Amino acid sequence: MIGVSTGGVSALKLLLGALPTDFPVPVMIVTHITPEADDSLAVLLDSICAIRVKEADELELLVPGTVYIAPANYHLLVERNLNLALSTDPPVNFARPSVDVLFESAAQVFGPALIGIILTGAGFDGGKGLAVVKDHGGLVIVQDPVDAEMDSMPKCALQLLKADYVIQLNELPAILISLVQGNA
Amino acid sequence: MNSAEIMDIEIKLLMEGVYRVYGYDFREYAEASLRRRLSLWLSDSGFATLSLAQSDLLRDRGLFDSLLRGITVNVSEMFRDSAFFKAVREHVVPHLKTYPFVKVWLAGCSTGEEAYSMAILLQEEGLKGRFRIYATDINEDVIRTAQKGIYPLHEMQRFTRNYQNSGGTISFCDYYTARYDHAILNASLRENMVFAAHNLAVDADFGEMNLILCRNVMIYFQQPLKERVLALFDKSLMPGGFLCLGTKESLDHRQIAHRYGEIKPRTQIYRKQYAKKN
Repeated sequence: MIGVSTGGVSALKLLLGALPTDFPVPVMIVTHITPEADDSLAVLLDSICAIRVKEADELELLVPGTVYIAPANYHLLVERNLNLALSTDPPVNFARPSVDVLFESAAQVFGPALIGIILTGAGFDGGKGLAVVKDHGGLVIVQDPVDAEMDSMPKCALQLLKADYVIQLNELPAILISLVQGNA
Repeated sequence: MNSAEIMDIEIKLLMEGVYRVYGYDFREYAEASLRRRLSLWLSDSGFATLSLAQSDLLRDRGLFDSLLRGITVNVSEMFRDSAFFKAVREHVVPHLKTYPFVKVWLAGCSTGEEAYSMAILLQEEGLKGRFRIYATDINEDVIRTAQKGIYPLHEMQRFTRNYQNSGGTISFCDYYTARYDHAILNASLRENMVFAAHNLAVDADFGEMNLILCRNVMIYFQQPLKERVLALFDKSLMPGGFLCLGTKESLDHRQIAHRYGEIKPRTQIYRKQYAKKN
C-alpha cells in the first residue's frame, strides 16, 4: 500500500490526518523534497496525525499502521522480506527519491496487494511506476488533475494508464479506509 | 509463478555463476537495488532475460565488465552532505591533529569525489604532508576515473556550494583548472592518495587506520554481509579511530556497536573506544 505526492505537504496533511491509528497496512510515501532536507516533514506530520509517521530507515521492517516517508536524496525500495531499502543510485526523472523507483520495487513485492496513488505534483515522475503497479495486478488511484494543486504528475499518469479511481483529494481517506478494510 | 519471482531466481543463479567464474561476490547484495540495476542493464543489453544473457556473461569478459559497471556504479559528488564534512572538520580533525601521521581508508570511493573532498579538508586543516588516503572500490573502471580527477565543469557549481556549506575556508576554484567543459583537480591533491581495487565482500583488511569512511555503500548489502564488512572495518581501525557512515546508516543493533560511540547525535561518525583495562 503506497501513497505518493509531490509538492503536496497540504495534501499529505489532509490524507494522513484522516487515517486512524490502527490503519491495517503500512503506507510508503515519496515526496520530492530538497536534497538537504532532514526528517522535519515526517516529524511534523507525525505530530499532527493520529497514525504514526516516520522517515524510512534502511533495513526497517514494514509494519501496519505506520507511514514511511522516503528520506531526502535517497531512493526508497522494498525487499521481499518486507524490509525497506535505500539507494543513492542516480536520480530518476530528475528526482531522488523517485516515485517510479518505489512503485516498481513495491509492485514486484506486493503484486495485487498494492495500492498505488499519485497525487498533486510537478514533473512526470510516477506515471511509469504506476503503470508497473497496474501490470502486477495492483490497484491504481490518481488525483483528478483539476483538483490537484500541480496537475502535471496526475495528468502524466492518466495518459499512461487507465486508473481504477480518479478522485478528489477529500474523498481519498474514506475510499482508502474502505479498500483496506475490504482487503484485510 | 510470476515473472518477478522467476527473475529473482535468475538473479540468484547468475550471481552464483559470476562468483564462481570471476570471483565477484554479489550473492549477499540486497535484492531490491540489485534487481533494479540488473533490469536497467538488461534493457540496454538486447537480451530478453537474464537466463538468455547468462551463457554469454559467463564466457565473455567484456560483456561481464559492462554488467559489473551496471551493478556497482555509484554516483557521488564533492562534499556531498556538507553537514557531514563540517562535522568531520569540527569534531574529528582536532583528534587527528594529535597524531604525527594519519591514515584514512575510503571504502567504496567510486569516481573519487569524496576522496578529493577529504584531501582538501585535511590539507586546509593543516595536515598537509601528514596524511595518506587509501581510496578503494570494487570497480576498477571507476578507480581509473578517480585517479584522473577530471569532472564535468557544470558540476563545479554544486561542488562549490557544498564546499562552502561544509566550512571550506578558501575559494574552491583554486583547487581546479577549467579546460573546455571539464574541471581538472590540482595534481597536488593526489600526492597523498593511493587508489586501489578492493572488494569488501572477499578481500582482507587494511591495517591501523585512524579514519574509515564508508558512506552509502553498505546500504546495498544484506545484513550478514553488512556485519562482515563492519567487522573488517573494526579490525582495520585503531582504538580511538573514527568510522563514518552515510546519513541514513547507523551502528544500531550491529555486532560491533558496543565498542563504538557516536561522537555527536545524528552525525553518523562513530569513535572506537580504547581497550578497557581488566
